[in-house]
Amino acid sequence: MPRVNYIEPDGRERTLELHCGESLMRGAMDAGLEGIEAQCGGQCACATCHCYVQAPWLDKLPPPSDDERLMLTNVAAERRPESRLSCQLIAVPELDGLTVRFPDRQS
Amino acid sequence: MESEAPILIIGAGQAGVQIAESLRQEGFGGTLQLLGEEAHAPYQRPPLSKKWLVEAGAPSALALRGREALARRQIELRLEVCVTAIDRQQRTLALSSGERVRYSKLAIATGSLPRPLPVPGASLAGVLALRGIDDSLAIGAAIRRCAADGQTVVVIGGGFIGLEVAASARKLNAAVTVLEGLPRLMSRVTAPIVSEAFAALHRAHQVQLQLDAQVEEILGREGRVVAVRTSDGQEYPAGCVIVGIGVQPDDRLAAAAGLLCERGVVVDECSRTSDPLIVAAGDCTARRLHNGELVRLESVQGAVEQAKSAAAALMGRERPFRCAPWFWSDQYDVKLQMVGLSQGYDQVVTRGDLSKPAFSAFYFAQGRLLAVDSLSRAGDHMQAKRLLDHGISPTPAQAADPAFDLQSLLKQATAGEA
Repeated sequence: MPRVNYIEPDGRERTLELHCGESLMRGAMDAGLEGIEAQCGGQCACATCHCYVQAPWLDKLPPPSDDERLMLTNVAAERRPESRLSCQLIAVPELDGLTVRFPDRQS
Repeated sequence: MESEAPILIIGAGQAGVQIAESLRQEGFGGTLQLLGEEAHAPYQRPPLSKKWLVEAGAPSALALRGREALARRQIELRLEVCVTAIDRQQRTLALSSGERVRYSKLAIATGSLPRPLPVPGASLAGVLALRGIDDSLAIGAAIRRCAADGQTVVVIGGGFIGLEVAASARKLNAAVTVLEGLPRLMSRVTAPIVSEAFAALHRAHQVQLQLDAQVEEILGREGRVVAVRTSDGQEYPAGCVIVGIGVQPDDRLAAAAGLLCERGVVVDECSRTSDPLIVAAGDCTARRLHNGELVRLESVQGAVEQAKSAAAALMGRERPFRCAPWFWSDQYDVKLQMVGLSQGYDQVVTRGDLSKPAFSAFYFAQGRLLAVDSLSRAGDHMQAKRLLDHGISPTPAQAADPAFDLQSLLKQATAGEA
């Protein structure tokens, strides 16, 4: 079970054990983390599960799909090179230790 | 002592859960109870007609928040609780168990109910409508049975729910007929060009699409549906019938308690009802805008934003919901994303490739952008959302020109803000 570190907007950290194949969004919503809305429930339709992937993990992730890339163009918080949608990030053993941070606003 | 009673929220759907969470974010420290009618913990409804219907996943895959999430915020969840009346004088709710519970403040988030089909035979076995998890499971089972037996799924209603169910049924290899009463699909919310693109899409997936079809009767044998008859005498054989002809707000409790209701519980832009102790949010409401217009939204975003306003209002703060409404629908491999309300448009221009379909329809009234429907054009959708939220309008010519960068208008505007 890969462990993912989440940083909430106020800087609090939480480590969650996710099931393989589960999205980072799902894990965060189930645990009730702050800083994520996920209004569309993981359909890549709303961009309210935006997160910043912390170094050095960005290059280890599969690149965003065209859809995700386009949805990221106008997220509510600042868009950065390390911006991803957490509903599109799937927990796998190789990502054990991945750290993401949620921005201060999603909508 | 009154102030020690909890804040109660009737309805544990998208709006109810968000009111509870937002109350904590707004700093409410008292007792907070969510009352849900169903046996299921709070869940998302949109996938019930889409992916979840096809994949028949576990209910837990739909969870809106985990138990841990509610516990972390000290939100008490009571399931299978049916509220039968609101007593505003006594500030109590009557429950079907006979119990009476006190509230200090109240939030109504009772959602909507499928509009019943007013024709003979509508209560035959095999005639189904979609509201909750259990309905989706029943519809999925009926579709699979049709696919196995070579029978046809007849969908009544060519709106979002009907078309999503039709697309899901095709993915499950059932034959599908869609009967729409009006001359085009999704006519209440989209321009003809978008309706036509979806009609072509469904026909390309072998859906038998019948427009202008007035359903007169559902025919049965031994209590079970066998066909649907339309006013032109045509009979459509049916292994099951899925009715998706819209919803009606569930404002029964509110109306019975004397709250102002008109096509839903009437609320202002801050989700306040006509009773200062009661707010309402989501599908059960009709929102009075500052210009006096009454708007009903049936969407996740509407529920979430109204819920945030409702929580703020309960804490005595004003947080009006004014951002552009948005919606989405998945049908086959096309993602439809809509932002803004297109009612009253006088011009539509398109951007993108109409044949694929991968295009956006921009709706204007007197040259001002009202709304944008994007078909597999997520970038347009996100730009349009920002444009509408900032009150910026491209000209119709700019919107139609693929070489014009809509983002440049946003850059100008945000530069102006800074």
